[in-house]
Amino acid sequence: MDNEIISIKEFTKSYDDFVAVNKINFSVKEGEIFGLLGPNGAGKTTTLECLEGLRLPDSGELHILGVDPHRDPRKLRNIIGVQLQTSGLPDTMTVREAMNFFSAYHASPPNYEILTRMGLDEKRDTQYHQLSTGQKRRLSLALAIAHDPPVIILDEPTAGLDVASRSELHGIMQELRAGGTTIILATHDMAEAEKMTDRVAILLRGQIVDSGSPRELTSKGGGLTKISVRTAASLLHEHLGEFPAVTQQLIKEEYTIYYSTDPGATVSALLEFIKVQGDNLIDLRVERPTLEERFLEITTAGGIQ
Amino acid sequence: MTAFSSHFLFEFKTGLRNSSAMLVNYLLPLGFYAAMGFVMVAINPGFKDLLLPSMIVFAIMSSTILGLPNPLVEYREAGIFRSYKINGVPALSILSIPAISTIIHALIVSGIIMLTATPFFDAVAPQNWPALVGVTLLTAFTFGTLGMLIGVISSSARSVVLWSQLIYLPSILLGGLMIPTAMMPESVQKLSGLIPSTYAMQAFFGLAFEQETAFNPWLSVATLLVSGILALVLSMYLFNWDSNNQTRKTSPLLALLILVPFIIATLIDFVL
Repeated sequence: MDNEIISIKEFTKSYDDFVAVNKINFSVKEGEIFGLLGPNGAGKTTTLECLEGLRLPDSGELHILGVDPHRDPRKLRNIIGVQLQTSGLPDTMTVREAMNFFSAYHASPPNYEILTRMGLDEKRDTQYHQLSTGQKRRLSLALAIAHDPPVIILDEPTAGLDVASRSELHGIMQELRAGGTTIILATHDMAEAEKMTDRVAILLRGQIVDSGSPRELTSKGGGLTKISVRTAASLLHEHLGEFPAVTQQLIKEEYTIYYSTDPGATVSALLEFIKVQGDNLIDLRVERPTLEERFLEITTAGGIQ
Repeated sequence: MTAFSSHFLFEFKTGLRNSSAMLVNYLLPLGFYAAMGFVMVAINPGFKDLLLPSMIVFAIMSSTILGLPNPLVEYREAGIFRSYKINGVPALSILSIPAISTIIHALIVSGIIMLTATPFFDAVAPQNWPALVGVTLLTAFTFGTLGMLIGVISSSARSVVLWSQLIYLPSILLGGLMIPTAMMPESVQKLSGLIPSTYAMQAFFGLAFEQETAFNPWLSVATLLVSGILALVLSMYLFNWDSNNQTRKTSPLLALLILVPFIIATLIDFVL
């Protein structure tokens, strides 16, 4: 495949009798943000740790830019940047020391500009334990990208962050993608995955049960599209159950809400009805099923609560 | 700045800015030294013979046996070593750089003791200053690697205390720091052959102070050197990046091999 940056083939990893990952295959293309989703124990962290060279796979092939993480760990260090879920820094290390320390081991000059971009300029001499959760996350990301790696691995990068910090990190991830960086993102946050990723793979009990773009995944499920309509005379309130593909409907304040299996047919019929009745459309909202709903559908079908 | 200098600077500063490290690196050994200098010498003038070497060994043990292992365990348990590994920090640097910086703190305190013991407390000065410095460096190396080994094999802060005290307390009580080994009962002298500080004290007395010793001083030097190298090799072999990722399943009990040089030295001394 062209521009294939990360390639995983028939990858298996067990811990004693427990098979954490069972013959999974996927690839990530250049400049893509690829989401790895799954409930706890699905095998996300095991997959990432084998990619990062922290664990040895039992079988299968893993490559990042053609580098086998276990056979060539030295080469791997300069082509990946990793933001671990846990801190990974000593409490007494200052922001400046952290930048000097990791840059020195990557044989690259300290990238203080990244600290400025991350809003950590004034915190350069602050020790790690004195930083807020958001600042720690931003520092962790700054260190992961300071040596300008072509591939970044992010494990729950926004866990525990407030809305503003989360939005800031999303902005940085989008900038990185725009610059051609390939990102692999493990997250529990479905809204984040839906917003940020180009493609996702859903892992369940060590196997990929579904993959594709968030839009493709949500369109595959049995989820219903929510259509909310508000008209001037509220005539729809009196005509429940007269539209095609509608499985459920309800009235909420000024809106009539329909759940449809075929939103195209339902919306056409609704607009026609409003026109014929001489009513005026004030608001129409069509909301497709979310990735979270699709995820819950898959995990529930797989017996995971 | 090179990776080594950046890493070393951080570790060295941590030895000063971290209150626990500051305590074991400086406050405890210098406070104990001052107390022994003022009180013990006044009570027992014979302690003037012991003050300089015993306080150097105490300072080194305080930094290396009490101070070095805990951060190694804390860093491993907090996932800091994982982060280091991902960023290309080699295992040798992870273990050796904190040990080197701890040894330097211990040598600074040892230097203060060397320069002040005689003028301040009338301690007996060594006959051979280069030998005093040499044995100090060797003792710091051996205890540094032993502290490293304790940090590597300990699974928690609690087990660090256990292993550290297993070396620390017998070293003070039986290693000749408080009472010269030659004055101990013969059975205790044999037992003290399993304690590293015994060899440090014997090397100090035999080579720096040119006195008669219970153990051959050159055998003591060889024992310290071999046990230091063995502790370094065992530390590297038993090192684990991550407590949840036991890729090397060798038992930490392998660390007991560190007793071998001391057992051999005791047997050699018995035969001689």
